[in-house]
Amino acid sequence: MTTKQLMKGCEAIAEAALRGGCRYFFGYPITPQNDIPEYMSARLPEIGGVFLQAESEIAASNMVYGAAGAGARVMTSSSSPGISLKQEGISTIAGAELPCVIVNVMRGGPGIGGIQASQGDYFQSVKGGGHGDYKLIVFGPDSVQEAIDIVYGAFDIADKYRTPVMILADGLIGQMMEPVTMPEFKSDEEIKVEKPWAATGWHEGCGRPRAIINSLYIEDEALEALHERLQARYRIIEQNEVRYEYYNIEDAEVILIAYGTISRVCRSAIDELAEEGIKVGMVRPITLWPFPSQAVLDAVAQPSVKKALAVEISAGQMVEDARLAVNGLKEVAFLGYPGSKIATVEEIIAKVKALREE
Amino acid sequence: MLERDIFAGFGGQGVLLMGQLLAQAALFEGHNVAWLPSYGPEMRGGTANCSVTISDKPVASPIIEHPTSLIAMNAPSLDKFEQAIIPQGKLFINSSIISRKTTRDDLDAFYIPCTEIAVELGQPKVANIAMLGAYVAATKCVSEESIIDALQHKLGERKKHLIPVNREALRKGAEAAGMVMK
Repeated sequence: MTTKQLMKGCEAIAEAALRGGCRYFFGYPITPQNDIPEYMSARLPEIGGVFLQAESEIAASNMVYGAAGAGARVMTSSSSPGISLKQEGISTIAGAELPCVIVNVMRGGPGIGGIQASQGDYFQSVKGGGHGDYKLIVFGPDSVQEAIDIVYGAFDIADKYRTPVMILADGLIGQMMEPVTMPEFKSDEEIKVEKPWAATGWHEGCGRPRAIINSLYIEDEALEALHERLQARYRIIEQNEVRYEYYNIEDAEVILIAYGTISRVCRSAIDELAEEGIKVGMVRPITLWPFPSQAVLDAVAQPSVKKALAVEISAGQMVEDARLAVNGLKEVAFLGYPGSKIATVEEIIAKVKALREE
Repeated sequence: MLERDIFAGFGGQGVLLMGQLLAQAALFEGHNVAWLPSYGPEMRGGTANCSVTISDKPVASPIIEHPTSLIAMNAPSLDKFEQAIIPQGKLFINSSIISRKTTRDDLDAFYIPCTEIAVELGQPKVANIAMLGAYVAATKCVSEESIIDALQHKLGERKKHLIPVNREALRKGAEAAGMVMK
């Protein structure tokens, strides 16, 4: 008998967050991520944490701001329209250099959209979302296990860089059940990170200046200094945190570029094409920011590769980063649909065959 | 081994549970599995369904376009997925409430009177388990004992007393499919 347990994506993400040190959760309901707050509402009190359903998404993200400013490991989750409503808070959190974890279980947009899986929030997640020059570290897991592993480590990364980390999942990852191995709870020592900047209560003679949590830098020099710090940090993140997976790229004629759920459809297509003797590989970005540009370029630049094909559950968003990475060296074609329509294995195979014959 | 099955019916017929029990049983037997539910407004009144993939290799796409087996608990589900089943695939029809036969002649079709079986056992709630019994007996993809283990896992200690009637339902379903449980 296996030691793996069958878990639904949303519940697995919630449990992994707790085991990774999350002790505070603030959110507001929306499909298809409701299993996360539901799970948190039951589990957080059991381990001495706080779950609170806020009166709105923006309130939830401001509560995250408060808890993060006080040095807590804190998380919020939502789905696309709800994430839009949180953006004021997210920009503020980034501006105040605070660590937190945000989970977006994407559904179709724009507006209220639909509730089926989508990847339409790529631009919002990696190019800003809120106003101002800031970045989130963004992960796009392709399985329940990978979502667990990423969330488990996300609080460490957020604390390390004092930056918000986003898990960009979709409705399928959130609702699917897969066998998983859950990591052990991190010990109090492991999750206790020195945060001298945190507003934890100042008193005369406590040996440090008052901690001020703010994103208002009214003096030009102060704002410039913030941006210097942020940009320097982003360059380090770009060096240290890029993650991706290569699948069958050796001698490939066509390289697929896909993340999250749709990368698994691509994997099925690649396996079927291999049975026909057609060699196709895949670069699967795991971090969407920082984007694995070099890995994409290296895979596509191989002499065997004729063309690349980005596949998404969107009208074409990540494909722009893929094209920037390839920089015109070879064609990067696109297959995908906005809303919630998911390209089929047959469609991907047909597109690959058409590209070979062009 | 590769089973790609769609379980479909009305919300409330226990189709999501059937899929979960199968996925759990297959996991107990050491296979790779994925369980993917339909979710949304279609669950209210229309068809609810879930896709279960069981494989010896890691599961690539969990989305099933062409099932190896369809378990149709109501007529709309049969109408919706019948044509998608692979040639030589299996089709399980809940004949208690679906009056028509399959229109395809390239399938192994099983007509299981799930409601009657369950009512006979004095527990109408086990209609889905009777159907699962037929499915498991015909496909042999997991053992009866693994399904019982999965049920035990799902029901917990407090509802352990429901295991015998569920076991009986599995066997009656298997008999209805013309099979004896291994």
